[in-house]
Amino acid sequence: MIFGIPIQAFAGQLLIGLINGSFYAVLSLGLAIIFGLLRVINFAHGAQYMLGAFIGYLMLAHFGITYWPALILAPLVVGLFSVVVERFALSRLYDVDPLYGLLFTFGLALVIEGVFRYYYGVSGNPYPVPTLLAGGTNLGFMFLPIYRGWVVVASLVVCLGTWLLLEKTQFGSYLRAATEDPKLVQAFGVNVPLMLTLTYGLGAGLAGFAGVLAAPVYQVSPLMGQNLIIVVFAVVVVGGMGSILGAIVTGYMLGLAEGMTKVFYPEASNIVIFVIMAIVLLLRPAGLFGRDA
Amino acid sequence: MTVKLSSLALALLVGTSLSAVAQEFSDNKVKIGILNDQSGVYADFGGKWSYEAAKMAVEDFGGKVKDMPVEVVTADHQNKADIASNIARQWYDTEQVDAIMELTTSSVALAVQGISAEKKKIDIVTGAASSDLTGKACSPYGFHWAYDTHALAVGTGGALVGQGGDTWFFLTADYAFGYSLEEQTSNFVKSKGGNVLGAVRHPLATTDYSSFLLQAQASGAKVIGLANAGLDTANSIKQAAEFGIVAGGQRLAALLFTLAEVHGLGLEAAQGLTLTEGFYWDRDDASREWSNRFMERTGRMPNMIQAGTYSAVTQYLKAIDKAGTDETEAVAKNLHEMPVEDVFARGGKVGANGRMIYDMYLMEVKKPSESTQPWDYYKVLATIPGDEAYIKPAEAGCPLVK
Repeated sequence: MIFGIPIQAFAGQLLIGLINGSFYAVLSLGLAIIFGLLRVINFAHGAQYMLGAFIGYLMLAHFGITYWPALILAPLVVGLFSVVVERFALSRLYDVDPLYGLLFTFGLALVIEGVFRYYYGVSGNPYPVPTLLAGGTNLGFMFLPIYRGWVVVASLVVCLGTWLLLEKTQFGSYLRAATEDPKLVQAFGVNVPLMLTLTYGLGAGLAGFAGVLAAPVYQVSPLMGQNLIIVVFAVVVVGGMGSILGAIVTGYMLGLAEGMTKVFYPEASNIVIFVIMAIVLLLRPAGLFGRDA
Repeated sequence: MTVKLSSLALALLVGTSLSAVAQEFSDNKVKIGILNDQSGVYADFGGKWSYEAAKMAVEDFGGKVKDMPVEVVTADHQNKADIASNIARQWYDTEQVDAIMELTTSSVALAVQGISAEKKKIDIVTGAASSDLTGKACSPYGFHWAYDTHALAVGTGGALVGQGGDTWFFLTADYAFGYSLEEQTSNFVKSKGGNVLGAVRHPLATTDYSSFLLQAQASGAKVIGLANAGLDTANSIKQAAEFGIVAGGQRLAALLFTLAEVHGLGLEAAQGLTLTEGFYWDRDDASREWSNRFMERTGRMPNMIQAGTYSAVTQYLKAIDKAGTDETEAVAKNLHEMPVEDVFARGGKVGANGRMIYDMYLMEVKKPSESTQPWDYYKVLATIPGDEAYIKPAEAGCPLVK
């Protein structure tokens, strides 16, 4: 028994927290990358996540494209769409106050969600679990749906891959350098505007990937991003704005914290992350992994 | 003496009839406000489709009552009682709205019914569930159409207890509606000799229910009662299947689940669910004819909230027509007295507490193989007579009913 709860139930809840943390990690990773380089607070991230799920759903419903290809294709579509948005709109706002970027992406999110709500309603659409991952396995302490296990594995791989891309490749080193001093990097002959565009596409693509990953678990609904985006922002703030590693680690940690709250005081489960955020901001204003400004 | 008295009476009579003429129709029009959730988790439950149903009711009535034009306005209250209260005050105070209807979400409905009573205006709730609306929070000008928590408890709860589901665990939405539904279902289950093993309360618009579902699973209860609604219930059901809860022998009771949510969830995931609704489009020729017209306008079949809103607006206009005025007291009196007979309710009557009492239906969601056409989702298991489904007005705890 731990805190009056059987150890098996406790282990089950920890695992659930980890699974939810996986979604937070992938989403906050994308946000952190975008903020780190573009200094844009991307409020459209939730809408891009929803877009990923919907594109996956539409591919299946209208073109018979199954889960596995959709897992690659849908993020690409979301990424491309976002590249276009960045090129023709967002990039024009880099010279003005960051607030404009925030307002633009927020407006964009409202428009995208509104369009989908108009055509599909809010009850959402079902997306089946791919047959390869259907069913579940009894772990002794809980029944684990195989798909949920896959979510943890997939998100870990994606987080690790993105981290390696940024830390170990030449593209990553340019990117990090451009974060520090874009003008100097440009002077060395690196095409910084192109990098900004690709980064925005990458961040949005990650959101789209999380969306497809979430489709078989949650109802594919226009509201799915809205419900998640604020939490993901809190994750990024707690981790330290722009910190890649911070976003990943904090995502999993807060998933666990939320999972535990659902056991001990479920009514508070949607605010616990914000309470933690407030405490962290009081003690370490730059976030857990952020460098002090 | 007699002469004096009768002349006094005559003077009084003239006086009242004069004032009645002066206030026959406020602002020379009848204005109805449809206030509900149009962007959140309940936006399909009623949403803009209820507004469409209200407009249909006005058109079917001829667009006029006693030669006065009828206008329908709408607003999104975002499931927040404070926003709803502000809109209601604004509508009543400055925009000449005569009655507010629909009012999805119990916390909102209770708040707006309070304001309506204070402003002496009529409200007809079709979208909210709490039976407190015609219980301790009843109003002389407040009416509750469509359904309530008591009817759901008796319908769905009763059916499952009857099939041997005598131990329950609740997943409850953490606000007025969830409590009310959980409490009434619990009471009903206990009164039938069943047992409630526990409950867990989740915030409105939660996306992941796995943690709560594991707790429900661990309780070992035969029935998991979902005292939530809309997208929340759909996600609960979907994830319960994922965690092998139904396969493990536990049954799900979606206490508030309508055609709109069944459509969203799909028959594959929703099949076999037992639920209670007051309306089904495929009930008879009249309901099919009306629903098909609704479908042409909206692209979807109506649930009991939307059909109920059509009925409420129609009945309100009939009451005005009979009274010859839109003055609140006169219309409320007619609404209390007139039988409700339309495409939605057959043989309906309104209790002194404002509750519209009519027959409810116990439904089972069809298997995908049993469904022969789009929106063919329900088998009707039983008709629950209105007097069984709803609390008797005298026992509802409404202070207005002696």
